[in-house]
Amino acid sequence: MRLLDAIRELGFRSLGVVAHLGQLLLFLLSILRASLLPLRPRRWLEEIWGQGVLSLVIICVSGLAVGMVLGLQGYNTLVRFGAEGSLGAVVGLSLIRELGPVLAALLVTGRAGSATAAEIASMVASEQIDGLRMMSIDPVNMVVAPKALALTAVMPALSTLFILFGIAGAWLVGVGLMGLDGGVFFSSLNNAVRFEDDVLGSLLKGLIFGALIGLMATFRGYHARPNAAGVSAATTSTVVVTSVAILIVDYFVTALWGFEI
Amino acid sequence: MAAPAPDHDRPHVEIDRVSMAFDDRPVVDRLTCSFPRGRVTVILGGSGSGKTTLLRLLAGLIRPTEGRILIDGTDVAGLPESALAPVRAKIGMLFQGGALLDSLTVGDNLALPLRERTRLSEARIDEIVTGRLDAVGLDHRVARLLPGQLSGGMLRRVALARAILLDPQILLCDEPFSGLDPISVKRIELLLSRLNRHHGMTIVIVSHHIASTVRLADRVLLLLPGRAVEGAPGELRENADREISGFFDEDLDESLEPREVATRIEPLDDSPRDAGSARG
Repeated sequence: MRLLDAIRELGFRSLGVVAHLGQLLLFLLSILRASLLPLRPRRWLEEIWGQGVLSLVIICVSGLAVGMVLGLQGYNTLVRFGAEGSLGAVVGLSLIRELGPVLAALLVTGRAGSATAAEIASMVASEQIDGLRMMSIDPVNMVVAPKALALTAVMPALSTLFILFGIAGAWLVGVGLMGLDGGVFFSSLNNAVRFEDDVLGSLLKGLIFGALIGLMATFRGYHARPNAAGVSAATTSTVVVTSVAILIVDYFVTALWGFEI
Repeated sequence: MAAPAPDHDRPHVEIDRVSMAFDDRPVVDRLTCSFPRGRVTVILGGSGSGKTTLLRLLAGLIRPTEGRILIDGTDVAGLPESALAPVRAKIGMLFQGGALLDSLTVGDNLALPLRERTRLSEARIDEIVTGRLDAVGLDHRVARLLPGQLSGGMLRRVALARAILLDPQILLCDEPFSGLDPISVKRIELLLSRLNRHHGMTIVIVSHHIASTVRLADRVLLLLPGRAVEGAPGELRENADREISGFFDEDLDESLEPREVATRIEPLDDSPRDAGSARG
């Protein structure tokens, strides 16, 4: 009997996951449909400001710090093999291919994703979403779509900034602190990075992660229970689920994009 | 707003064997009732009796698990969200917390439905907004404030102004008097009474406020466990069934005292307990 109960429970949970994924897909379709008409350029700009511009400081500071650590670790490791001249290539490829898009996405999830989920969940709890529905204003068009699309749009730019500040951090440590030649640093970076593979792949990752954060944060917020606990649960689950999803999706994008070594 | 001559005999809103459940927990069970045109109906009932759920069903914000909900003859129970717009154009809703968008000023909140659903000029929209604020007894300067800067009574009046902005035929009010001081309660009561008398608006109110209910209601729908009772407030107050008349009795009723509750409240002991007494 206990085994049967366990199998039944597993079945229910599996069905729940499938239903949840279906709900997520329908929500994505409703965002895509609602983002067309009416267009709300002012709302989009407000959201790009809120999600993107206000994330600049955290992205730049974090990028710089990560780059400095990479520069220090990379230099200390490479110098053992007499390959310190490859520091630019090592740091550049690490940041462009993986660390830039992934870490920027995790930071944006923590800052803008959680804020988006909390804001929409609060609107659900305070009946503002229902208020819009009663005025025959589509809340997905007015509230959800601008936030989701803004996150998708700003993520490649934030990821790029993270990478640039990371490279600057590594340069500061490698060239400024360790005495590596600046020309060697940049020529190794220039020779290693391929635009079609690395840069485009990095931008694609940024775009996919941005869409993922936008979808998950708005979905969790929109379907939150209408109370304080619901707001809190939506915020927490956005950060946890999206962070894990980013790491999993990163593997598949990397595998499918076929980054050459 | 033009004042139509309401035909009180025809129901404006009808509920026909409607059931609603959340996670297999029934909240409304095969309820049948109607709300007459141009009348004020107050829905009373204990906590968890399904009053707010019923109001949300009428607004089309949630779908019943079974039954029909007729708004002016149109069954809204099975309509998709996109098809509800013509029905919702007839309905205004006053939410308990106001449901004003807290990122917009009061003026922008009021102007929102006009900007979204009409082609009126900004000058005309301003005029209408000022007129509605005036109608609910608020100065036009309130339009510049954010909802967070308003008192509870003012917030409720702004929400009422938004609910009646597009001249609805039906006004649904969720706990319009809760958390308000007596003066604010009377203001809201007066505004609702005026909307009903001067504009023939059908008003459905969910409330726990008995004094206002008695003053305002033409009819009361009382939701009790397993049944619903309809009637004029006076009829229900005089009803022989204590479960019904008890709702209108504002005096303390000893018979309602729970048997198992302790009758003596132990004084709190400030003195520090030793380990033995703590274990009890």
